[in-house]
Amino acid sequence: MHPFEYIQATEPAQAVATVTADPDADFLAGGTTQVDLMLKDGILAPDRLVDITRLPLKWITADADAIRVGATTTMEELAADPVVTGRLPLVREALLRSASVQLRNMATIGGNLLQRTRCRYFRDPAVAACNKRQPGTGCAAVSGPARMHAILGASQNCIALNASDLAVSLVTLDAVVQILGPSGLRRVPLTEFYLEPGNTADVENVLVHGELITEIEIPLLPPAARSAYLKVRDRTSYEFALASAAVAVVLEAGVIREARIGLGGVGTIPWRAFDAENSLRGALASQENFRAAAETAIRDPFTVPGTAFKVELAKRTLVRALSTVTSGAR
Amino acid sequence: MMNAGPDRRGTIPEVAVTMRLNGRSERLRADTRATLLDVLRDRLGLTGTKKGCDQGACGACTVLVDGKRVLSCLTLAAQCNGSDVVTIEGLSSNGVRHPVQDAFIRHDAFQCGYCTPGQIMSAVGLLGEGRAGSDDDIREFMSGNICRCGAYSNIVAAIREVAGRGGA
Repeated sequence: MHPFEYIQATEPAQAVATVTADPDADFLAGGTTQVDLMLKDGILAPDRLVDITRLPLKWITADADAIRVGATTTMEELAADPVVTGRLPLVREALLRSASVQLRNMATIGGNLLQRTRCRYFRDPAVAACNKRQPGTGCAAVSGPARMHAILGASQNCIALNASDLAVSLVTLDAVVQILGPSGLRRVPLTEFYLEPGNTADVENVLVHGELITEIEIPLLPPAARSAYLKVRDRTSYEFALASAAVAVVLEAGVIREARIGLGGVGTIPWRAFDAENSLRGALASQENFRAAAETAIRDPFTVPGTAFKVELAKRTLVRALSTVTSGAR
Repeated sequence: MMNAGPDRRGTIPEVAVTMRLNGRSERLRADTRATLLDVLRDRLGLTGTKKGCDQGACGACTVLVDGKRVLSCLTLAAQCNGSDVVTIEGLSSNGVRHPVQDAFIRHDAFQCGYCTPGQIMSAVGLLGEGRAGSDDDIREFMSGNICRCGAYSNIVAAIREVAGRGGA
């Protein structure tokens, strides 16, 4: 276990400066990824950890258009927020179907968006071939037993899954992350924040070393929208998704006026299905149209024997989610 | 910023931690890498909190930090500076068991007992959150605590009783 210096940050700009100045430093928030990977699995080995949990980054504010969430707000705190409960049920459901209460009391919203993959090959230091851990070494998962792996945005280079339920709901809503760097704040749409592995599986997002997520802005759905997060998994609770669907639709007399679709459990990044949304806009809310949208959403999957089942599972998950929100049965 | 101490090459970084533990002030210096779980068990002799998976998957190490149930195996002791920590040893007062402890005994809500401290601490957290409204809610919001012996039905019965919904 690698020794590290622990620093409790009291001011955001200073925390950013400290990590920016030291390539071997990293931030620590709830620790549910960092401590696990660092202490237990030996995958991360920072020399210096800057604890940001005491920074004044814990807030939830709302206006008519959006809710703004400070980065160190916990998952349980956000799930309990009345605006989230009333106007963003898909976010609340994604949160409450994640992990356990204990983990949600620890994990922060910013940290959740940066959680590392659960790919067993990535997390096992005895596995040599992992492009995400050591670029250029290959991918052990594509030729070994796989199940909790991605089929969209995946290739021979990497099939590591992004396992965040929350991120799927937030890309679906066009959330925007506010990032503090050495030269100030910048804002990045979450749909442009994550990077597919391509030939650089080790680069997972647009953050530069030392940059810190300080806030997430989540646009509210129109009051007439119906939304849900459907998560399909190996056990009923406390489990990662095999497939999930975040959907939000506005219906008028059986016709879909607006549609938003995100997919989880299948992507190397939280997956937004723009083409499927377009196929539904103006269409009748029917099983045939839902199925056609699902075919569009799961186009050109990259599968290995262990993940082939996800192609049909993901389509059926999306069809069921769309059927549920449009039938008013929930 | 508060530093863990001078960054001397070759020395193991330590951090000073002052916390309120089971109602009493506790001060110690800990290796920055030490988890709250290891400090509780190995430094302070509070072995009621159990180490199961040691990677956030089983719930055996559940304690309350600032009134909220968390996993002590994924919490650095350093992060508890200034926190209020309650373990299974701190639940009873003056030798009188907590109602959840009594209910677990009455309902035989354990077999080997290894997960029990975590189950009880989690149940205390759940009751405080007001989430024991139905058996389904109890099952869902206790899902972070795994019981290998399979005492789940009796655990649900014990929590149901403390929540005031009968079942004695």
